[in-house]
This record gives sequence, structure tokens and C-alpha cells, in this order.
Amino acid sequence: MRRKFNFLALLFTLAITSVTFAKSDNTDHKDTPEEVKGFIKHHLKDAHYFELFHGVKMPLPIIVWDNGIQFFLSSDFKKVEVKGVTAPDSTITFEPLSESDSVDKESTDYLYESKSSNYSIFHGKIVAAKHGDMLLKLNSDGKKKLVSHSSLIDFSITKNVLMTLLICVLIFFLFTGLSKSYKKGPIPSGFGRLLEPLVLFIRDDIAIPNIGEKHYKRYMSYLLTVFFFIWIVNLAGMTPLGINITGNIAITFSLALITYLITQFTANKNYWGHIFWMPGVPVPMKFVLMPIELLGTIIKPFSLMIRLYANITAGHVVLMSLIGLVFFASNLFAFGSFFGLTLFLGVIELLVAFLQAYIFTMLTALYFGAAVEEHHDEH
Amino acid sequence: MTIPNIVGAGLIVIGAGLGIGKIGGSAMDAIARQPEATSKIQTAMIIAAALIEGIGFAALFAA
Repeated sequence: MRRKFNFLALLFTLAITSVTFAKSDNTDHKDTPEEVKGFIKHHLKDAHYFELFHGVKMPLPIIVWDNGIQFFLSSDFKKVEVKGVTAPDSTITFEPLSESDSVDKESTDYLYESKSSNYSIFHGKIVAAKHGDMLLKLNSDGKKKLVSHSSLIDFSITKNVLMTLLICVLIFFLFTGLSKSYKKGPIPSGFGRLLEPLVLFIRDDIAIPNIGEKHYKRYMSYLLTVFFFIWIVNLAGMTPLGINITGNIAITFSLALITYLITQFTANKNYWGHIFWMPGVPVPMKFVLMPIELLGTIIKPFSLMIRLYANITAGHVVLMSLIGLVFFASNLFAFGSFFGLTLFLGVIELLVAFLQAYIFTMLTALYFGAAVEEHHDEH
Repeated sequence: MTIPNIVGAGLIVIGAGLGIGKIGGSAMDAIARQPEATSKIQTAMIIAAALIEGIGFAALFAA
């Protein structure tokens, strides 16, 4: 067990030693509210690099499918400032900004161009073109959009993907360690002592009351996986590493989709009967209830997705705004109170991290329970 | 963010707050009456609060 942790630590240090040191800009800048806002927005998004703190960046591999697989590191990309568009509903080609141009910051834009290949990153999206071939369109609502570029499929190992994989490896080692310790005796050793009560909690307080004594075993593996994945990912989001995995709607969508598929594919006759031909109501009512019930099967996982995503996103935004406020404190009292508030909300977020994992697992178990419920007399 | 959006978001928060407050208060009453059923009441309370919260967040995104 200890050797495995040493191995992980070694991997991590190796990863850190290969960081690229970005050039620090020498312009003296003050912290402004706009900067804090930009930083929060930046944190909530996925990235093609892993930034430990300002200036220490670790490049991540970029893998795109564009008539064949393309593979390169994100350190290959260089920032290019370009002249933006100002008039609404007009298109303009990108032009690199030269030193002599003095335009206000609002109308300029930037993209990252690859030095060795024909790709660039515009606002987090990989595009198979360089600035000269790109057209930028400003919509009437003020949003900038790229037009006319070929489509490609992005398989990049982004920050979120990397962290998800690392957490999966961590969970794998934790639980294989727990299961191995049962071969030696009935009491788990080490970290397993913390995990065992949680596993029992999921079984006795979530699975059995909601799914039932008869069917719960089929679902235990999924319930445990989803609980520990969400919980550990949420906890990792509270570390200063700047991870925001469950605050990404694609991740929560995948989790909710798996719940939806398992519910639909393990459902029995009774469940489908309640959807398509609700027993115990008049016949015209059965026709009315059919589309409502069908819609309900989709709304349930949809609400799972939105709840987890919105809770974690809101938590991160509030916490980071409070941390940002600390920098604007004018006197020691304000500084102290903002610091205290940040600490308080941080502790609340630790509770929320557990609570959201619990609620996701609980509602998942509830939906599974509805899917396997046996027929009983009319009520 | 326009003014109707902000007012809408405020109304959503008031509604969700009232709903969750009602659930929490009723759960407190129930626990005081039957302390032995605390864990069951808490479970039901958390589920109901989560459902309201989900609707609240969905509405906040729409606003």
C-alpha cells in the first residue's frame, strides 16, 4: 500500500519538474474587480494546461481527430493578439496586432497558435486554421463567434480529464487496498477503516431502504462508485489545485446518463406499466398521463445533472468571490472578517461536497427502486 | 444581466428559501415529536430540500 502511494507521489513530482516556466509579464498591475471576475471565469472553464500557480504551467497533450489522429503538447501553442471586430453582425479576418497599433483592450482578442502545425485555440476550442484563415463574427448580442472552419473531434487530455483519471486511480488503489485487507481478518487496516463505515452507510441507509432487500445487490457497485467518485472529486475541488470537475456540465451529464440508462434497462414490467398504462385511473386519464410520465423519466436524470453542476459551480463562485474580496479589504478589520467568512464558507463547502454526493446517490437509488418495484395491490 | 433578470432571480431565491425553510421547520417539529425517527425524517427532509433546490437552480439558469 505504502509503495503504491510512493509511486503516485513520484509520478506527481515528475509531472511538476517538467513544468514550463512562462514568461512573467513585467507590467505592474493592480488587482481590479474585473481581474477577479476574469479569474473566476477562467477557473470554471476547462483548460489545456495545468497551472499550479501563476507562472508554473504544466502542458497537457492535445489529441485531435482531423482525418487522422494528431498528437502534440499544449506547450506548442503561442499567444497571438489579434485585432477584433467592433461593428455588430459583421465578419472580419483575424489580423495580428503589431506593436504600433494602439487600440483599446475591449476590441482586441487573442488566440493561441501552434508553432509547428496548423491549429489554434480560440477561447478553449481547437480550430484547424491559423489567424489568417479565420473569420470572426460579432453577434448582435455582443458574443464573438468563429465562422468557417473545418470540423474536428477533440480528444485532448485536458485538466479535467487528467484529474478525473488521477482520482479514478486513487479510488482504485483505496478500494483494492480495502478489499485485500479483508483477507487478513475482519477488521480493515489503514485508510480502509474510514471507508468501511461509509460503504456500510450506503448499503444500509441508501440502498436497502430505497431499492429493497431483494434487488439491492445488483446496484451496489454503481451506487458505491458514483458516491465515492462525486465525493472525492468534490473534495479535490476544495484543494488549492484549482480542480473543478463536477462543476463541468459534461461530467454531471455523463453521470446522470449512466443513471438513466441503468434505470431504463433494468426496469421491470411493473415500471413500464406505470408509464404507459397507469393502473387505477380512468382510461382517458391513462392517455393524458402517458406523455407526462415519459417526460418524467427524462426530467429526473436532468435534475440530477443540473443540481450537482449548479451546486458545485455556485459554491466555487461564492468561495472565489470571497477570496477575491480579501484583496480589496482596506483595513485590518475588513480583511479579518472576509478571511473568516471565507473559512466559514469553505467548511460549509466541505459539507456540501458530501451532501451532494449523498443526494445524487440517494436519488439514484430512489429511481432504481422505482424501476424494480414489485407489483402490489391497488392503492 | 438586465433588471427583470435580477428581479426574477430574487423571486426565485425567495421562493426556494421559503420552501426549504418550511421543510426544515416541519422536520424540526417532527423530530421533536418523535426523536426515535430522526434518521428517517432527516433523509426525507434532505430529499425534499434537494428537489426544491434543483428547481430553484433550473429557474436561476433560465433567469
